[in-house]
Amino acid sequence: MLETTPQTLVWLTIAGAAAVTYSLRIGGLLLAAKLPKTGPFKRFMDALPGTILLSLIVPAAVAAGPIGWLATVVTALVSLKSGNIFISMVIGIVIVAIGRWYGL
Amino acid sequence: MHQKLWCPRHLEMITSRQFDDLRAGFNANLVVAASVGAYGSVLGLMAAQKGLTWYQLLIMNLSVFAGSAQFVMVDMWLPPLPVAEIILAVLVINMRYLLIGASLNPLFQSTSLRHKMGFMHLVADENWAMTMARFHKGGTTTWFLLGGGICVQSAWCCGTLLGHRLGAVIANPERWGLDFSFVAVFTALVFSFWSGKRDLLPWLITAMTAVGAEALLPGKWYIICGGVAGALAAAVLHRGPGNA
Repeated sequence: MLETTPQTLVWLTIAGAAAVTYSLRIGGLLLAAKLPKTGPFKRFMDALPGTILLSLIVPAAVAAGPIGWLATVVTALVSLKSGNIFISMVIGIVIVAIGRWYGL
Repeated sequence: MHQKLWCPRHLEMITSRQFDDLRAGFNANLVVAASVGAYGSVLGLMAAQKGLTWYQLLIMNLSVFAGSAQFVMVDMWLPPLPVAEIILAVLVINMRYLLIGASLNPLFQSTSLRHKMGFMHLVADENWAMTMARFHKGGTTTWFLLGGGICVQSAWCCGTLLGHRLGAVIANPERWGLDFSFVAVFTALVFSFWSGKRDLLPWLITAMTAVGAEALLPGKWYIICGGVAGALAAAVLHRGPGNA
């Protein structure tokens, strides 16, 4: 029988979490290499980066309240006009920080 | 084919182009890495309160390397450790890496298995988004991805260890809008993927599905639901010349 001291459990948990996470990362890449490169599969994979990114943004922006909506729109506009990711990001953060400071 | 990735002989063979991409990737992620570090310090403080030692935390950072999953792990960190429950929670939260990994396939085209296995470990949301945006605009290499990963990983380790030893550097990152920095960087990048009016409907479907799923489902399922629903819509709708 494996002795389950608290130390063993700590390392077991970390090792398990690491194994699961790495499997997902490498698994997605290796699975995608096996998918067909034409037709609907290709269109699905081509669209995926944009839709994942959008899914990361929208609920978080909605949850950030009116000041978050404003900051998201301004960040988007600055990014579209200037193409500068750094500037657009900083402006968005500053808007939210100022808004929070004044309790908006 | 079988390049020895981590041995010194190979390191000498990194070309200057690869090194430039590595450095560009590192620099591109510096701003968002500052936020990653600030959140790391909050996690470090939490971990210290839960009795994790600094080296346990460091090894968790280096091996798991997933922010939101690690927050949940530390949150559930009460002896006796619910090992299976924690690992299951990590699996569910990190499920999106299956999609993120899949979307990186074009970037990793014609690289060896060893290269893939070495480079995929340092994929986080932030450096993935930066890399994909650049890849869409004019192309880049896996070295840009790795450079970003090294940047984010370094900030994450410094932040968490600082938080663990000294307390949170910024006790309340929300006060400074730092929680928004992740939304901001993704928003600044998302238009790189806009390919015209034909994306409108898939993106609307993505947004509505993500918001709906976030309200109804726990954890990070909304990312998978929104991402898959929108890409499915694109697969069905984007038929026609040039989209074979």
